[in-house]
Amino acid sequence: MPRFLARRVLGALVILLIISAITFWLFYAIPRDPAMMSCGKNCTPENLAQIRRNLGIDEPITFQYWHWLVGVFAGRDYGGYGYCDAPCLGYSFANREPVFGTIMDRLPLTLSLAFGAAVVFLIAGIGAGMIAAVKQGKALDKIASSVSLLGSSLQIYFVGYIAMYFLVAKVGVLSQPSYTPITENPAAWFSGLLLPWLVLSIIFTANYTRMTRSQLVEQLSEDYVRTARAKGLSQWNVFFRFAWRGAMGPIVTVFGIDLGTLIGGAIITESVFSLQGIGRLALQSVDQSDLPMLLGVTLLSAGAIVFFNIAVDAVYALIDPRIRLA
Amino acid sequence: MSTTTPLLDVSGLTKHFPIKGGFPIRRTVGAVQAVDGLDFQVGEGESLGLVGESGCGKSTTGRLVTRLLEPTAGRISYRGQDITHASRTQLAPVRSEIQMIFQDPYASLNPRQTVGKIISGPMEINGINPTGGREARVRELLEIVGLNPEHYNRFPHEFSGGQRQRIGVARALALEPKLIVADEPVSALDVSIQAQVVNLLQKVQRELGIAFLFIAHDLAIVRHFSQRVAVMYLGKIVEIADRDELYGNPRHPYTRALLSAVPEATVDDVPRERIRLVGDVPSPINPPTGCRFRTRCWKATEKCATEAPPLVQAEGNKPGHLTACHYPETHEATVPAGRLAKDPGAAA
Amino acid sequence: MTSTEQQPFLSVRDLKVHFSTEDGVVKAVDGLSFDLAKGQTLGIVGESGSGKSVTNLTILGLHDRHRTAIDGEILLDGTDLLTSTERQLERLRGNKMAMIFQDALASLSPYHTVGTQISEVYRKHTGASKRESRTRAVEMLRRVGIPQPDIRVDDYPHQFSGGMRQRAMIAMALVCDPELLIADEPTTALDVTVQAQIMDLLKDLQQEFGTAIVFITHDLGVIADIADDVLVMYGGRCVERGTKQEVLRNPQHPYTLGLLSSMPSLEGSVDVPLNPIPGSPPSLLNPPSGCRFHPRCAFAEKVPGGLCSTERPALDVVDGRGSACHLPMDQREEFFADFAGSRHH
Repeated sequence: MPRFLARRVLGALVILLIISAITFWLFYAIPRDPAMMSCGKNCTPENLAQIRRNLGIDEPITFQYWHWLVGVFAGRDYGGYGYCDAPCLGYSFANREPVFGTIMDRLPLTLSLAFGAAVVFLIAGIGAGMIAAVKQGKALDKIASSVSLLGSSLQIYFVGYIAMYFLVAKVGVLSQPSYTPITENPAAWFSGLLLPWLVLSIIFTANYTRMTRSQLVEQLSEDYVRTARAKGLSQWNVFFRFAWRGAMGPIVTVFGIDLGTLIGGAIITESVFSLQGIGRLALQSVDQSDLPMLLGVTLLSAGAIVFFNIAVDAVYALIDPRIRLA
Repeated sequence: MSTTTPLLDVSGLTKHFPIKGGFPIRRTVGAVQAVDGLDFQVGEGESLGLVGESGCGKSTTGRLVTRLLEPTAGRISYRGQDITHASRTQLAPVRSEIQMIFQDPYASLNPRQTVGKIISGPMEINGINPTGGREARVRELLEIVGLNPEHYNRFPHEFSGGQRQRIGVARALALEPKLIVADEPVSALDVSIQAQVVNLLQKVQRELGIAFLFIAHDLAIVRHFSQRVAVMYLGKIVEIADRDELYGNPRHPYTRALLSAVPEATVDDVPRERIRLVGDVPSPINPPTGCRFRTRCWKATEKCATEAPPLVQAEGNKPGHLTACHYPETHEATVPAGRLAKDPGAAA
Repeated sequence: MTSTEQQPFLSVRDLKVHFSTEDGVVKAVDGLSFDLAKGQTLGIVGESGSGKSVTNLTILGLHDRHRTAIDGEILLDGTDLLTSTERQLERLRGNKMAMIFQDALASLSPYHTVGTQISEVYRKHTGASKRESRTRAVEMLRRVGIPQPDIRVDDYPHQFSGGMRQRAMIAMALVCDPELLIADEPTTALDVTVQAQIMDLLKDLQQEFGTAIVFITHDLGVIADIADDVLVMYGGRCVERGTKQEVLRNPQHPYTLGLLSSMPSLEGSVDVPLNPIPGSPPSLLNPPSGCRFHPRCAFAEKVPGGLCSTERPALDVVDGRGSACHLPMDQREEFFADFAGSRHH
C-alpha cells in the first residue's frame, strides 16, 4: 500500500505539472491581453509596458512558466507586492489579491456544498436503489426507476430557480441560500446550504439509484450469493455482507469522480444560488483573463480529481482483496 | 519430400510471459514459463494430440504455432519455411494454410454476421474467388459440415452449440488449409453433441487430408482422434508416442497417473488401479529444478532434482516413442500402496 | 426397521418446477420422483437443460420464488421442504442439508477469507463462539486435505488453486455434519487427477459420516466411480433409473444407450466412428410432444402408431429399476444389442 501511494502521488504531481503547462500555453494562445484590460481608458504604451512588467508578463512564456513553477515550490518575490510564500500561485491580475489565499477563502463553501450534497445523494440514491433491487419488478421498483429517470433528466438551472421561487419566496419553508462558516454558526450554515444541497442532489440521486439497483441485481444473481444462501445465512446477512459488498466497488468509483468534480466547482449551482465558491471563481477568472487565478483553480480541480482517483483505488483494494496495489 | 520434411516442425519452442514489478520504475521481475523448449513435428494429414491439465501450456502452444503469440525462443517451420518471426506480409500465404478452431462456439462467431458472411470472411480477406463464386463455396462448405445450405442467411444465435461449432469448422475449411489447430473444440459441448463434432473432424481429416494439432484435456477423445499424442506437464512435453504406444505402454509416471485417473463409464469386476497424485501442480513462475514432475512423483530421486531428463527414446520403446524420465515405467512396475486408490468402478 | 424402508431420508414425489420467462413458461422439471437413503449416493445424469440442477436448487429452496411455480412434494426426514417457510429452510440449509457447486471460484465469496466462510456456517447453526468456529474451520480444512490449514484459513479463495478451492467448498458444506449433501457437478471444472482426489475425498467423508449424497453430473464415467444408484434425466423428466451396474451395463432407455455409445473410451477400437445422438437437447420452452426424446431417438419409428410423438411413456419402477420408453422390453434388448454391437470392441 505505501508503495502504491508513493507511486501514485508521484504520478499525480507529473500530471499536475503537465496540466499547468498546458493551461499556461493555452492562455497565451487566446488573443486577449490582460495588461490591456487593467490599463484602462488612458492607456499609453509606457503605462502598458509598466503593467506588463508588474504582472510579470513581459518575459517569454517559458521564463514566465519557470518563475511561476519556482514560486509554487520555493516562493517568489513580487517586488512591489512583497514576498509571496510557497506555495505561491501568484497574484490575481484582476484584483491583485494572492491567488492561494483567495482559493483558500472560497474553498470552505465549495467543500460544504460538495460534501453536504454527497451525504444527501448517497443516502437517498443508495437507499432507493437498494429498495428497488430488493423489490425487483414490483411497484416500488417501478416507482424508483421512473422517479430516477425523471430526476436524471432535470437540470439544476431549471430545478434551482423553481425551487427558490416556491420553497423560498412563496411558501418560505427554506431560507435564501447563503454561506455562513460552520465554525461561526452551524445552524445558519445548515439552513443556508440546505436548498443547494437538495437541488444538487436531485440529479446525482437519480444516478446512484440506478447504479445501485443494477449493481445489486447483478450481484444478487452471482454464484457466491447463492452459496451464502445455501449456507443458511439470513437474508439481511446475505444482502449486506455479500451482495452489497460486491456492488460497492463501481459505486465508490463513480462517487470518487463525482466528488472530485464537485470540489473543482459546481459552477452552475453556485451561479444559480449566488454562492461565492470555487465555481464562481473559475468563471470570473476566465471572464477577466486572470491567468494566475485560472491556473490556481484549474490545478485545484485537477488535483481534486487526481486525489479522489487515488483514494478510489485505495478504497477499492480495501473492499476487494483480489486487487493487489503495486 | 514429404517424408523428410514434416508439415510443421517445432524445435525448442519457448514462451515466457514477463511479470512486471518493482519501484519506482517497473521492470521485469520474473516470468511465467508457460512453454519451455518444445520439440515436435506434425506430418501431412496427421493428427497430433496435445494433452495435459490446465496450465500445462497446451493452449499457449497452439497460439504460438498459429502465431497469435510471439515465441520467446525456438523455431517454428512450416513446410521447411521458418515462420518463427515472419512478418504479417511474409506470413500471409502461410496463414491461409494454417487455421484455428476455438473452444467456445458462442464467443468465436460474430453475432452480427450471417453464417454466409462468417464463412466467406476468410476468402474475402485473402481475396480468394473460387470458381462458381464464394456463395456457392460457402453452401458447399455448409454441406460438408452437415448443416443445411439453406441456412446461409441465418445468424449464429439461431443455431445450437453443436451447430455453431460446425460453423467454426466450415470457416476453418474455407481456405482449404493444410493444418488446423483445434483448441479444445468439443469441451464446451454436451456429451451427446461432442461425438457429432469429433466425427465431423475425423471425416474432414480423412477425406480432405488435413493435418491437426488437436489440443484437449479429454484423454479418451484425443485417443479417438489423434494418431500421435504428446503429453505436456508444466510447459514441457513429458512423453510423445503413437496412440497405441502411449495409451498401451505409457513410460512416463505422469502419463500413467493421468491415464489411471480418467473415469470410465464401465463397471468392472476386476478393480482398476488408480494412482493418486498428491498435491497441486507447482507454479510455472518458479518451476521445480530438474524434472518438473518430481515434486509429485513417487520415484523421484536426487538425480531428478539436479538433472532435467531429456526427451529420448527410452530403452524398450518403439521408434518415435520418446519419454522424458530418468526412471521410465514398465508394464510390471508397481506403484507404492499409499499412492494407489481402489478401483472406483468396481462392482459393489 | 421397516419404517425406515417405507420412509427414506430424502423423498421427492412428482416434482414439477415451472419458470415464467419473457418468452413463456419453461417446464424445467416435469414430474420427477426419487428416494435416497442415508449413506447412499444417487447420481443424476443429464445434459444442459435436463432439469438436473434446477431439481436440486429446489430441494434447498434456492430457486427464484417470484418466477417459479412448484408442485409436488419434497420430504427431508419427514419434513416437507416445499411448505416450509424461508426461516425454517434457513435453519436446515448448511446444517442438515448442504450443497457443493460446480464453479468453486465463483461460488466462494471473493470478499471473505476461506476461514470466515467456513466458520460463519458453524456459528450460525451451533451458536459456537468465534474462537471455537475458527478452530472448527481449521479442523475441517485439515480434514479435506489442505496443507498448513492453520495458515491457509486466513487466505482468500483467489489465493487457492482450483482443487484446493473445491476442497474448501466441501469443508464449508460439511462443517455442520449435514445428513444430505447435494453436489452439483463438483468436479466438472477440475482436471482429471484433481477430480480423482475430490471424489476419493467425498467417498471417504461419506463413509465416515454416513451422509446421503445427490451427485449431479453429465459424465457417466464419474457416475461409474461414485454413485450407488443412477437417475438419467432428459428434458425435465426421468427417463431411466436403477443401480449403477444395471444402468451402465444394461441400459433400457435409448437415450442412456445413446449417451454410452457416443462416449469415446480408453480401450477398444478407434477405427469405428463414434455413435452420436443426432440433433440437440430439447428446448424446455417448447418441448417435443409425447416422449421428449422421440425426435432424436433411433427407435421411435419401431413403435407402432406414432405413439412416441403423442403419448408420454410411463416410468414404471420395480425395485428401484425402471425406464420410460414405449418400445416393448423384449424388442429393446434385441435392438440395443445390435446397436451396441456395432460399436463395442
